[in-house]
Amino acid sequence: MNSVPENLISLEDVRVEYSSRPSLFGSGQSVRAVDGVSLEIKRGETLGLVGESGCGKSTLGRAVLRLTEPTSGRVMHDGDDLASLQPEEMRRRRRQLQMIFQDPYSSLNPRMTTGQIIGEPLKTFDLGASKDRVQTLMETVGLDRRFIDRRPREFSGGQRQRIGIARALAAEPEFIVADEPISALDVSIQAQILNLMRRLQKENGLTYLFISHDLRAVRHIADRVAVMYLGRIVELADAKELYRDPLMPYTRALMSSIPVADPVIERKRERIILRGDVPSPFDPPSGCHFHTRCPFAIDECSRIEPRLVEIKPGHTAACIRISPGHPHIGQNVASGLGALTQ
Amino acid sequence: MNSDATILSVRGLTTHFQTAEGVVKAVDDVSFDLKRGETLGIVGESGSGKSVTSLSLMRLVPQSTGEIVFDGVDVNRMSENDVRRIRGRRMAMIFQDPMSSLNPYLKVSTQLAEITKLHLGLDQKQAREHAIKMLETVGIPDAASRLDSHPHEMSGGMRQRVMIAMALSCEPELLIADEPTTALDVTIQAQILELIGDLTAKMNTSVILITHDLGVLAGMADKVIVMYAGRVFEQASAVELFARSANPYTLGLLKSTPGIADDTDGDLYQIPGMPPDAANLPRGCPFAERCERAADICRDQPPPFVDVSEGHFSLCHFASEIYAEAKH
Ligand SMILES: Nc1ncnc2c1ncn2[C@@H]1O[C@H](COP(=O)(O)OP(=O)(O)OP(=O)(O)O)[C@@H](O)[C@H]1O
Ligand SMILES: Nc1ncnc2c1ncn2[C@@H]1O[C@H](COP(=O)(O)OP(=O)(O)OP(=O)(O)O)[C@@H](O)[C@H]1O
Ligand SMILES: [Mg+2]
Ligand SMILES: [Mg+2]
Repeated sequence: MNSVPENLISLEDVRVEYSSRPSLFGSGQSVRAVDGVSLEIKRGETLGLVGESGCGKSTLGRAVLRLTEPTSGRVMHDGDDLASLQPEEMRRRRRQLQMIFQDPYSSLNPRMTTGQIIGEPLKTFDLGASKDRVQTLMETVGLDRRFIDRRPREFSGGQRQRIGIARALAAEPEFIVADEPISALDVSIQAQILNLMRRLQKENGLTYLFISHDLRAVRHIADRVAVMYLGRIVELADAKELYRDPLMPYTRALMSSIPVADPVIERKRERIILRGDVPSPFDPPSGCHFHTRCPFAIDECSRIEPRLVEIKPGHTAACIRISPGHPHIGQNVASGLGALTQ
Repeated sequence: MNSDATILSVRGLTTHFQTAEGVVKAVDDVSFDLKRGETLGIVGESGSGKSVTSLSLMRLVPQSTGEIVFDGVDVNRMSENDVRRIRGRRMAMIFQDPMSSLNPYLKVSTQLAEITKLHLGLDQKQAREHAIKMLETVGIPDAASRLDSHPHEMSGGMRQRVMIAMALSCEPELLIADEPTTALDVTIQAQILELIGDLTAKMNTSVILITHDLGVLAGMADKVIVMYAGRVFEQASAVELFARSANPYTLGLLKSTPGIADDTDGDLYQIPGMPPDAANLPRGCPFAERCERAADICRDQPPPFVDVSEGHFSLCHFASEIYAEAKH
C-alpha cells in the first residue's frame, strides 16, 4: 500500500465477550465487556477513553492491541486487518503497538533490573540491546542513568512508571495504549508523567489511546475524548468541545461530579448526582444502558437502543432525547419533547 | 473564642517509628483545633503522615505522644478501657478501603449490630431495627433485604455506604474519614461526599476528612491542613488557602492539579523530585530540595512556623513574603 491512511487505528464493530464457567450459583454467565465499538484513532492524536469502573475501557485497550482477541469485529492498523496478517508481519506490527500499564508496582518484574526490563523489548525486536541505548532511554524518561542496575522496589511509584514508559518506548512504537498510567500516582507526580508523555508525543510523533477515569487529566492530555458506558461508546467529541458542551446526560453527570479545586466555585456549582451504582454488566439494562440512572429517562429509553449519531459537527452522542436539530437535552425536556427520531 | 464549642484540641501530636533504616518521623508536632460541626481537611502526598495522624488521634498507634484533648479530656492519658468506650461511639472512623475494615465473612447485619449492642446496649431485635434504619439513612435501597448480605456481594459504593452506616450508628461527635472515596468512581464519590456532608450537618458532627484531592477539600472543608514529611506545612481556612496560600508546597500542589475549565495547551506545573525518605530527613526544610524558592537558609535551618494572618500558619522561611506577594 502506498497512501498512508489518516486513521492509524480503526475499530469496526468490535465485541469482546467473557464467559464464566457454570458455577455453584447457576449456569455460566457472559459479560459483553465491549459491545459493538466502532472507533477511529487518527495518526498523531491522543484519544482519551473515559468511563466508570468496569465499563470495559481496559478490555477495549487490550483488544486494540489484540492482547485480548475480540469475539467479533475488526481491528485495523494502517488499513490492514490485524487478524489477517502473517506471523512475521504481525511481529513487526507488535513492535509498533505498545502498552503502558496502570499499576507501576505489579507490571514490572521485581527480579529484573531496570536495565533488563528496558532492554527486553530491544532484544525481542532485534533493536540492539546495548547498555548505552538503555541508558539513553532512561534519560529520555527522566531517570538517572546510574540507576541501571537497580530493581523496581528501589524506586518510587513515579519512577517505576517511568521505567514502564521507557520499556514501551524501547520498541520504537508509533502507537501506545496507556491504561490508567497515572491513577496510582500522587498529584505532584501525575503532572510529571503527563508532561513527559506529551513531550514524547511531540518528539516522536506518537499516537496515544489514553485510558483514565480522571477526567481532569484527560482534559489536559487528549485531543478527542470517547465516553464509555457498559461496553458501548456513548459520546465522542473534541476534548474542548466535550468539556464545554457535554450532550449526553451520562457525560454531563460525569463532568459535574469532578470536584473543582476552588471552594468559591465548588460550593455554588450545580451538580448532577446520579442515583444508584453502575448496573451489573452481566445483566445490562435494556434499551439505553444508562436509563436506570438517567434523570431524563422516558419509557422509550428502556426499549430503544440509541445509535451513536453526529449531533454537532465532529460530536457524536447516543441518546434518543437529542438530535442534530435539538442538541440540548435540558431545553428538550423543558419544551416537552419526547423521543426524537434518530 | 467560645471554648466549649471546641470538640478536639490537638497539641504537639508526634508519632515516630523505630525501624531498621532509622527513626521514621511519620507525624511530627501536629497541632490544631476543631469545633463542633466543623470539617477539617488534611491533604498531602503519599507518605506525608495523614493516615498515621488519624490512627494516632484514635489512639491506635502506641508510639504516639502529645495532647489529644477530646471534649475536655486528653485521650492520650485515658485508660485503655476508657478509650474503648469512646472509640466507635463518640469518635468513629471510615477507612479508605472498606474491605480492610469490614469482615467479608460476616453478614452486614451482624457487623452493624455488634457496635450498637456494645455501645448503646441494644438487644438483638433493637440492634437489627437500628441497622435497617442506618442502611436506609445511607441510601441503600431495599435495606431490610440487604441486611443479611455479605460485604463481598456488594459493589464498592455500597460497601462504603455500609462503612458510613457503621461509623455513624452511634451518632459520634467526631468522624475521621481517611480517603473515603479514593477507591471509587467520580460519580459514586459525589454521592458519598454528599451523603457524608448531609448526615454530619444534620447531627452537627465534626469531621476530619483526609484526601489527596484538593477538589474534594474545596467542596467539603472549612479549614485545611497541608502535610509534608510528617509536618503541618500550612493551615488555613479553605477559602484563604485556595485564594492566598503562603507556602510553596501548597502552591505547587494547587498548580499541578489540572483544572477542568483549563483551556491552556501548555505543560502542567510540576513539582520536581519526590518527597524525602521519612527515615532520613534533611537538616533544613524537608521541601527545600524541590522548592523553586529555596535559598541557603532553607537547606541549613528548619523552617519557622509563621503566623501570616488570623488562623493561617505556614511553615516556611519565606512565608510572610509569599503571603504579601499573593495579595491582589
Ligand atoms: N478476564 C476476564 N474474565 C471475565 N470477565 C472479565 C475479564 N476482564 C474483565 N472482565 C469484566 O469485563 C468488564 C469490563 O472490564 P474492564 O477491566 O475492561 O473495565 P474497565 O473499564 O477497565 O474498569 P476499571 O476502571 O475498573 O479498570 C467488567 O465487568 C469485568 O468484570
Ligand atoms: N507502622 C509503621 N512503621 C514504620 N513506619 C511507618 C508505619 N506506618 C507508617 N509508616 C511510615 O510513616 C509515613 C507516613 O505514613 P502514612 O500512612 O501516614 O502516609 P499517608 O499520608 O497516609 O500516605 P497515603 O496517601 O499513601 O495513604 C510513611 O513514610 C510510612 O512509610
Ligand atoms: Mg481498567
Ligand atoms: Mg494514608
